[in-house]
Amino acid sequence: MPALITNSTTRYGWAAIVLHWLIAAIFIGQFALGFVMMRVSSQRTAFELIQLHKSFGFLLLGLVILRIAWRLGNTVPALPRSVGRFERRVAPLVHFALYAFQLALPLSGWALVSVSMLEIPSVPFNLFVMPDLPLAESDSAESFWTSAHWYLAYAGIGLVALHFAAALRHHFWLKDAVLTRMITPSSDHNAE
Amino acid sequence: MVARIFGFAAVAACLAMPVFAAVALSDAAGSYTISPAGSSIRFSVGKAGGGGLAGAFARFKGSIRIDSSNVGRSQVNITIFPESVGTGQRRVDAFLRSDAVFDAANSPEIQFRSTSVKRTGDTSALVTGRLTARGKTFPEKFTAELAGLKAGTIRFHVTGKVLRSRYGMDVGTPIYSNVVDFDMTLTGRRR
Ligand code: HEM
Ligand code: HEM
Repeated sequence: MPALITNSTTRYGWAAIVLHWLIAAIFIGQFALGFVMMRVSSQRTAFELIQLHKSFGFLLLGLVILRIAWRLGNTVPALPRSVGRFERRVAPLVHFALYAFQLALPLSGWALVSVSMLEIPSVPFNLFVMPDLPLAESDSAESFWTSAHWYLAYAGIGLVALHFAAALRHHFWLKDAVLTRMITPSSDHNAE
Repeated sequence: MVARIFGFAAVAACLAMPVFAAVALSDAAGSYTISPAGSSIRFSVGKAGGGGLAGAFARFKGSIRIDSSNVGRSQVNITIFPESVGTGQRRVDAFLRSDAVFDAANSPEIQFRSTSVKRTGDTSALVTGRLTARGKTFPEKFTAELAGLKAGTIRFHVTGKVLRSRYGMDVGTPIYSNVVDFDMTLTGRRR
């Protein structure tokens, strides 16, 4: 059983699987929360949702760092043989880009609150004060990082949609193990 | 007038302090209108990690009446117009005016009506009264320190702490403290 924690050459282990889905849920939730909080009419609700968005953003950043460290120290399972040449090339690029977005989104969000003249402290889940990034405050820096965060969020969710569509295609169309091996490591889907 | 008070003070200091105070205050007895020029109502709210949010109300009105025979029967009334709040940050001001905090559109006035004034020293008093904001009224206490008195003008330095949560303004706690520190200079001109 303990072996199922780590990856093997043919399957993902529990650690990679749990981190993938936990992060996926928070990432998509963050997009939805970000979208909604900018559009609610009550300023009070908006303030509270933004603080919640920051809290989950920091949680995500922590999990992503853990995930990347885990991934770098682990075997990467090879794609099943059934996967075609094109996808064999593109999937790693998309996965790499997804990692980049998982880092860039929380970092750009952190940057935008750090440079804001409003100086609203970040207190993730009201537990501790998260220091600001050492960047100079100004309205222009804030609008720069706000638009960077905005473009990253929309580009990131677009890429996730592609990634999601690809996963569904593998499962329902190609009927291979690409999706199931990200759900459970127990049956060692071989690389046939 | 100033000379007279300080002249008395010098003499009184040799006697007993209450005598000085009695003299100063009976001199001060009368009705005053708070004059915005020479007055300010500032506040600050501490925040997590240090520092705080500071601001002031630009528009307010009020009156001070000092009873000649019984200081305890003196009276202070202040009306603040929260629409006039200013922090130096437009977005913060808009937030404070909105229904997240003052709801200035529906509650255009914050009122303080004193219910008792207690002498706490030669030139200081504890003012208790009823503060009404956003339709909620609670008793609050402020410390008033006589800061100046001359021909028809009286000036007090007033400080006090108010818990904003009671007035439906708890937004942002605990990132921003529930305690609002008031620091006011109130200058009254004799009517
Ligand atoms: C995976 C992580 C994140 C995602 C997917 C995400 C996504 C979003 C989205 C979709 C918006 C709304 C943009 C709009 O439609 O106007 C937004 C806004 C915002 N995000 Fe994030 N965000 C993330 C992390 C963070 C973090 C870590 C912080 C801060 C610590 C943060 C702070 C903000 C702020 C302050 C806004 C409001 C920007 C404004 O005033 O226009 N975000 N985010
Ligand atoms: C929305 C539902 C999602 C589904 C159905 C899904 C599905 C999958 C599947 C099946 C794999 C395994 C690919 C393989 O077998 O090689 C995978 C890998 C991956 N997913 Fe997702 N995913 C989703 C959301 C996300 C989100 C939101 C992110 C990040 C923003 C993400 C990031 C990744 C990354 C980086 C990998 C590569 C893992 C590695 O090999 O290191 N996924 N996903």
